[in-house]
Amino acid sequence: MKALMFGWEFPPHILGGLGTASYGLTKGMWENGDMDITFVIPKPWGDEPKDFARIIGANSTPVAWRDVNWDYVEGRIGNVMDPQLYYNLRDHIYGDFNYMSTNDLGCIEFSGRYPENLLEEINNYSIVAGVIARTVDCDIIHSHDWLTYPAGIHAKQVTGKPLVIHVHATDFDRSRGNVNPTVFSIEKDGMNNADHIITVSNLTRRTVIEKYGISPDKVTTVHNAVEPLNEELLNLEAPPGKTSKVITFLGRITMQKGPEYFVEAAAQVLKKVNDAQFVMAGSGDMMDKMIRLAAKRDIADRFHFTGFLKGKQVYEMLAASDVYIMPSVSEPFGISPLEAMQMGVPSIISKQSGCAEILDNVIKIDYWDTNAMADAIYSIIKYPAMFKELRDQGLAEVNQITWDKAGAKVINIYRNLINR
Amino acid sequence: MKAICFYFQIHQPFRLKHYRFFDIGNDHYYYDDFADDDIITRIAQRSYLPANQMLLDMIKENGKKFKVAFSISGTALEQLEQYVPEFIDSMKELAETGCVEFLSETYAHSLSSLYDPDEFVAQVKAHDQKIFQLFGQRPKVFRNTELIYDDDIASMVYAMGFKAAITADAKHVLGWRSPNFLYSSASAPKLKLLLKNGKLSDDIAFRFSNHEWASYPLTADKYIHWIAELPQEEQLVNLFMNYDTLGELQPRESGIFEFMRALPRFAAEHDIQFWTPSEVVAKFKPVANLAVPYPMSWTDAARDTSAWLGNTLQQEAVRKLYSIGERVRLCTDRRIKQDWNYLQGSDHFFYMSTKHNDDGSVHSHYSPYDSPYTAFTNYMNVLSDFMTRVEEQYPASIDNEELNSLLLTIRNQEQEIEKLHREVEMMRNNIVKDTTGDFPVDEEPEPEPAPAEEKQPAPKKKPAVKKAPAKKPAAKKAPAKKAEKPAAKKSAPAKKAVAKKTPAKKK
Repeated sequence: MKALMFGWEFPPHILGGLGTASYGLTKGMWENGDMDITFVIPKPWGDEPKDFARIIGANSTPVAWRDVNWDYVEGRIGNVMDPQLYYNLRDHIYGDFNYMSTNDLGCIEFSGRYPENLLEEINNYSIVAGVIARTVDCDIIHSHDWLTYPAGIHAKQVTGKPLVIHVHATDFDRSRGNVNPTVFSIEKDGMNNADHIITVSNLTRRTVIEKYGISPDKVTTVHNAVEPLNEELLNLEAPPGKTSKVITFLGRITMQKGPEYFVEAAAQVLKKVNDAQFVMAGSGDMMDKMIRLAAKRDIADRFHFTGFLKGKQVYEMLAASDVYIMPSVSEPFGISPLEAMQMGVPSIISKQSGCAEILDNVIKIDYWDTNAMADAIYSIIKYPAMFKELRDQGLAEVNQITWDKAGAKVINIYRNLINR
Repeated sequence: MKAICFYFQIHQPFRLKHYRFFDIGNDHYYYDDFADDDIITRIAQRSYLPANQMLLDMIKENGKKFKVAFSISGTALEQLEQYVPEFIDSMKELAETGCVEFLSETYAHSLSSLYDPDEFVAQVKAHDQKIFQLFGQRPKVFRNTELIYDDDIASMVYAMGFKAAITADAKHVLGWRSPNFLYSSASAPKLKLLLKNGKLSDDIAFRFSNHEWASYPLTADKYIHWIAELPQEEQLVNLFMNYDTLGELQPRESGIFEFMRALPRFAAEHDIQFWTPSEVVAKFKPVANLAVPYPMSWTDAARDTSAWLGNTLQQEAVRKLYSIGERVRLCTDRRIKQDWNYLQGSDHFFYMSTKHNDDGSVHSHYSPYDSPYTAFTNYMNVLSDFMTRVEEQYPASIDNEELNSLLLTIRNQEQEIEKLHREVEMMRNNIVKDTTGDFPVDEEPEPEPAPAEEKQPAPKKKPAVKKAPAKKPAAKKAPAKKAEKPAAKKSAPAKKAVAKKTPAKKK
């Protein structure tokens, strides 16, 4: 089965959970066998894994005809794609886009991030999708998150193949209810045009049904999973000088993640416990406010901010942690507690996060219930059996949550659509 | 001829209130009285009271041929006394018919049999005393918490003088053998064992009102027929269940009470009698020894102790609790003793089970907590506070041996002083009698010189203090004291009895 996927991020260059999930799912589907996947991203770097999916960069797909020779193409974009594919794509340019700012290869530049002119990039991405859809043969189209819905719709119109959209988050999660009307309309348009909608949790599924008015029989939940960690990361150890217990919040410091509840819980615990340190790792628009809040609660000496962590740093932080906490106000899935569990760190998560639906060996609390949060933290750092049970059972549990199972579910959805 | 042996368990734990880590060291009251009151009152109204009435009627109607046995935990009795006193009266009435046998168990429905033999013995005694106080019976047959049983427990039970024990019919122990015989213990061959007939018991307890069950509806006629059809040599059917099966698990509307009422009539037709466990032990001979190296119980699919001790949380909590057992037994503080009892209830550990599937749903059905981890956290917070209180009484820096000897010294000295006081009193009276006012009485209060000259108690005091370790000196002292004046001895037990009578009233 041939699938054409549109995504925005792909490891190793990722900005959030979207890239990790896209990668895991693609690989999981490939492990089920008989899948030929083409994965489109705005801006590949060339070091993406290519063994289970063909990566096409939107920024190396021509939308305007340029007469360039093989060697030139090879030299410019040879590291990200086969020059032959460039010529194939060039043969399928379907309109005159010379009025747009294109480069020497007739391609549109993409930042591949979330820039100020995001809406413009989304639009450009959809233009490029038209070229790709005309070139690459496929049985099904799969769009990851709202940024790529317009591209998916365009590809569907060009090819007539069924469109699956994958809702990794909705604007209701990101904004605590104050949705941006433009984003909402893009999301709603995608959902209306989709033949089937995959959500990452039942929580998101309900949002899609209730807030976007989509028929429930069109929406299926496929929970995310985690990639097994490699030996190097698993063997990371806590720094030798560590004497006190470390409780870690790891993620963007934004309204959606509920950082202020973490600070309040920390203040409670520190009233009773001296040998504990709280870490807020990450960055975001609420960081300064959190620093002020910690100071106001008079716990700044035991409450640390690390700034944005990436790659291995994340795992080093986890290796040094005794408790991981994710008090998200609204989390479509939330993959990071699973990563913490993989590192043997007991996790506390909010009941308002999607991963709470599939995890048993974690502590689940309401995000606003700072008392319960403090109780749970205290219990884990004070009672060794609690720590051990959560660590061991959590590890056993998370090792069962694998992408190939999620991949099989998605393939099943594809089959039903194609055979309809 | 066949015999049915009915036995009902009544137990309620003292549930813990939401106890935060801030409360540790500040709040020493741990219980959710509202929930306890609510639950026991509801169950009593729906089950215990109507069921008692039913049994009373059945006994009267059948000319005392209908008999049952009960095991009621000490904590349940305390709650019933406090919240549903009419139940105690109704139970007394049942006891007076002579058709009801009360079984022995641990006072707190605890796991002490697995962890703390001294505590186990103490609790069994306390429970039997309570039963005697209320119902005038001395239990002769033992049943452990949730029918937990193994060879070690058998030896302890036999050593306490019980002639039989009641336990479960775990498949991994019984194998091909039928529970419908009387067995004896492998480790204490004189201790007889009554095994639960799991199938027939659960037909009533769990399947009675299940519409999907092939044998639904279950009638007394049909049920007795099953029993009558058992092989000739299988003469004993032990039906063990929770008392709240009648009216709560199987609601009144299911017809459970009518079913029970009809049993004796059909049983009589087939010459099936109703016996108490003691009668069974007296009339049947054990057919074989039963070796049980690992503890079994009647709980969960595994029929072992994994319901309470299956994961590290549970093991840690139990271990922590019993690590201070010896200390607590040294304490004399009534509230510490009481909390110690309540915290031992096996239910607290039951709530911490992380089992899933069918067992898991049973655990979460009874648990007042939303997750096993919350159950553990709450319990450990309470236990931390409790341990600090014990610690305050007797710091951990002093080891038990030393503490024991110090306590003994204090106790001996107390007794000594009391004795001397009495002698002074006596002598004073003598002087008053003998001399009728010739000597001034006022100068007597100095106790030392006068008694020392007359009866020399001082030398007796010294050896007691020196031979501090263990209770031997106390034992040595006792006979001497007896000879001298029994009055002193009487006063001490009297005090104890007072303490025991009022354990539940606090707040």
